Amino acid sequence: MTFTLNRRGLLKATGAAALVSGLSMPSILRAQAQTVKIGVLEPLTGNLAYNGTQCAAGAKFAADAINAAGGIKSMGGAQIELVVVDAQSRPEIAASAVDTLAEAGVVAFTGASASALGLASSQAAAKYDLAQVFSIGTAETIVERGLPNVFRFTPGVNKCTSVALENLKQLNAAAGNPVKTAAIVHEDGPFGSNMAKIMAEQLPQQGIEVVETISHPTPHRDFNNIALRVKASGANILIPSNYLNEYTLMARALRQQRAELMAIYSILGGAASNIKFVRENNDVAQYVMDCNHWYDPNKPESQALAASVAEAGLDLTYDVMVSYATIQVIADALERGASTDRKAMIETLAASTFDGSIMPYGPTKFVNGDNVNSQPVNTQIRGDKIELVFPEEYATAEPVFPVPQEG
Amino acid sequence: MSSLILPAVLSGLTMGAVYALVALGLTLIYGVLHIINFAHGSLLMLALYAAYFLFVHLGVDPYLAIPILLPVFFCLGYALQRWLIAPMSSGSEQNVLLVTLALALIIDNLALYFWTSNTRSVDIPYAYNTVEFLGAYLPLGRVIAFFAALAAAPLLWLFMTRTRTGSAIRAVAIEKRGAEIVGIDVNHTYAICFGIGTACVALAACLLLPTFYVTPQVGYTFVLVAFTTVVLGGMGSLPGALIAGLLLGVIESLCGLFLGESLGQIGIFIAFILILLFKPSGLLGRRAA
Amino acid sequence: MKPQSMGQAVLIALALIYLASLYFMSSPVWMGFTINALIVAVVALAWNITGGFGGMASFGHAAMYGTGAYASAILQVQYGINAWIAFGAGIVAGAAMGAFIGALAFRYGLKGSYFALVTLAFAEVLRICASSFAITGGGSGLQLRLEPGLSTLQFNDRAVVYTILLVIVALVMALTAWLKYSRFGAYLIAVRENEDAARALGIDTYRIKVKAMAISGAFAGLAGVLYLQVWLFIDSAVVYGSAVSIEALIGPIIGGAGTVWGPLIGTLGLHLLGEGAKHLLHNAPGLNFVLYAVVLICALRFLPQGLMGLAARIGTFRKKENDNA
Repeated sequence: MTFTLNRRGLLKATGAAALVSGLSMPSILRAQAQTVKIGVLEPLTGNLAYNGTQCAAGAKFAADAINAAGGIKSMGGAQIELVVVDAQSRPEIAASAVDTLAEAGVVAFTGASASALGLASSQAAAKYDLAQVFSIGTAETIVERGLPNVFRFTPGVNKCTSVALENLKQLNAAAGNPVKTAAIVHEDGPFGSNMAKIMAEQLPQQGIEVVETISHPTPHRDFNNIALRVKASGANILIPSNYLNEYTLMARALRQQRAELMAIYSILGGAASNIKFVRENNDVAQYVMDCNHWYDPNKPESQALAASVAEAGLDLTYDVMVSYATIQVIADALERGASTDRKAMIETLAASTFDGSIMPYGPTKFVNGDNVNSQPVNTQIRGDKIELVFPEEYATAEPVFPVPQEG
Repeated sequence: MSSLILPAVLSGLTMGAVYALVALGLTLIYGVLHIINFAHGSLLMLALYAAYFLFVHLGVDPYLAIPILLPVFFCLGYALQRWLIAPMSSGSEQNVLLVTLALALIIDNLALYFWTSNTRSVDIPYAYNTVEFLGAYLPLGRVIAFFAALAAAPLLWLFMTRTRTGSAIRAVAIEKRGAEIVGIDVNHTYAICFGIGTACVALAACLLLPTFYVTPQVGYTFVLVAFTTVVLGGMGSLPGALIAGLLLGVIESLCGLFLGESLGQIGIFIAFILILLFKPSGLLGRRAA
Repeated sequence: MKPQSMGQAVLIALALIYLASLYFMSSPVWMGFTINALIVAVVALAWNITGGFGGMASFGHAAMYGTGAYASAILQVQYGINAWIAFGAGIVAGAAMGAFIGALAFRYGLKGSYFALVTLAFAEVLRICASSFAITGGGSGLQLRLEPGLSTLQFNDRAVVYTILLVIVALVMALTAWLKYSRFGAYLIAVRENEDAARALGIDTYRIKVKAMAISGAFAGLAGVLYLQVWLFIDSAVVYGSAVSIEALIGPIIGGAGTVWGPLIGTLGLHLLGEGAKHLLHNAPGLNFVLYAVVLICALRFLPQGLMGLAARIGTFRKKENDNA
């Protein structure tokens, strides 16, 4: 038992390394067919290494799936070759890495997990007329600069927050409006702070009073005080937005301080839709709801992805899904444009109406680089699974709200 | 808010105990070798992984891992100082710093490569247990860490004052050349000291794991606080490190409560600057550099 | 600035050939990478003033670097002030921060590791403040609007940016050389060698040290402003993070602290090493840093006086008088 786990751990480590490697090295087989290069710019080292590595893995799964299905057909079955570069969690390195991508001859690239990295990379890419399709880039400044090479496929912080609050309103109404007060706990980076600002404006309109707002840095070592303040505020629900590690500590502290909440309803939660959190903290994870990027679990590509991820011994997180989807978006543009010209690529992407991605989005429509038909969905942790509970058309389970109180 | 002050102070004390534990090893190394060991956080990370893997693969409870990991990390520390840091730094203080920095880079990135950047935490049955004290709920793991720190500091202090090795370490710390003349093997003594410091890190890791998580970057979460603790307590002072750790825990907790958690950590560094300026020898330090 | 030996001359010539060759290689990758290295070289030269000549090793040059960058960014973003004025203000702010930290630390007689730690703590305090207040953009940081032009000090052409940086690095090095051979430089080196003796000779050591911190702060502030103007974005972790402080000291120590060319050569060498490691171990992110660190440790072992110190011993022109730390 213990040794199988050991082997799995090893496999997992080497599997991840192998995934990241072998990406930019065209194999002998592939070298014979025509290839088309797509860049993947992610932080593989440094603070954001976890998200970056997951994203790189997602891109790899997408490229493999597309290649296995015959590559880019309009280009004579050209195979996708990924060029993966490390942004090292530093903006200036992210910007310099774009040079490497341009020199390698990529037609477009995806990235870059954190808004600061994405801002820097897309600006550098603008000089090359090189399109960046953002996997994750929640800061609204990304699409507010008027750069023609910026395409954000997934929703930004404004839309995520609005949709989350709208969904909360519906859940609350369905339960007979038991929730009157809320406490907000957010990380003090751009994504947490922006979200808190929007919520402070919009929650009162829904008849929910914000009784406590607490920001904290990343990393943060001690969540006891935060749990105490949430408890003392008497809030009905807690709305957190922070990263995996802090989320884990927070969830534990809330349990230890016996905070009685009707629900934990997180927005772009770092852990609430992370299967690792579910596995390692199963008890406190139950019924945690999250409004986040998530795939449509009913699509066959989604199920195939889930199977490949499990086979590689990786965790299926939203990073994997969105990165997979952005490669699909680029592949679709290649299919339609049948050209490796960068400028043509930007035009083809801008005209995209792609609706075959694994995400539960309507047909793609980029307005100023922002995909207006993207949307986050609600997930909920049930048992040892993460279920999609909202909106209904994609749901795999009924939402449970508020959380049943323990007897 | 006022009803939260007492629980916040208690919570700060238990967090401070962890700072003290991490700082105990650092203050020894600092006080004796006069080097700023930038690899301290990375060694803490390594010890956390060691405790984690012992738990996951062999089912060893983190607390029971203490007697296993202490000697292992003592040997590791001894070897690092004796055969890497000392010979590679050619005796220059700046070079020691860079060697420990490079060492940190090596350990962190090897961890990233082999264990990936995944966050790991142990799921132990008593993870959510609390101790009720004066109406506050204190996490059991942190209460254990608190008492362990209270016990470890005096034990180490006894070792330093009552044993031959301890005396040798103190002699080398105060007067290196003099110690050499009376026949103390300075290199060996330095390495022993570094080994003890590293063993302290292993202790801290075992006590920390049940209430925390492990990633390749986790060391940085604690290393700056540990430096602060060392200076505040007086470089090389074990009781000083204990008191300073507890004090910093409380300062951070109260600052977090009143200034907001984002600014909470600023209290630590302002305390740090003030103590450096006005009493650089620290709370219980004997002398300034 | 003159080399003292054949070895140093060769080393300097190699650096110059590399820098010049970029104009002919037309490789944006190498130019982009060298632009980053040159910005770091400026903060390394800043560290060299206090750490190299003055023997006051700081672990917190990010404090001045970040203050320069933030001062310039706040003026431009929040108050719409012209980039040239903001540029100057950033340098002044860096100098002021340097003088402030120096005045406080030296007033209370901090040296050695105590000085190092107090600078580290200042950088941390500033980092936390910068991520907490609205004027600094909080956690989102500050972003300059992209409008290339001479008046905004933003240039689209890599070669132009590169040339400007080369000129600035040359200027900072010329200033360093001038300082080194000035009366002030002599006093500063005297303070490093034996502060008590210097004081006994009537040198106001406190003033000299604070002045050195101010000059160093001005250079570091300049480097921060350069980062801002090149990448147009800063946040607290980027400019006040400990990575900046470490890069500031690692280049001069490897290149040769207390020499004019050492910081540039050390920084270029380390960046080339890092880039080489990246290419060599491209498929294993993380391992490139391991290789980098291993080479670094070996360099420390075999080059106790840095690259310039090693080169000084090869083909000496005249009696050795280099003053490496």
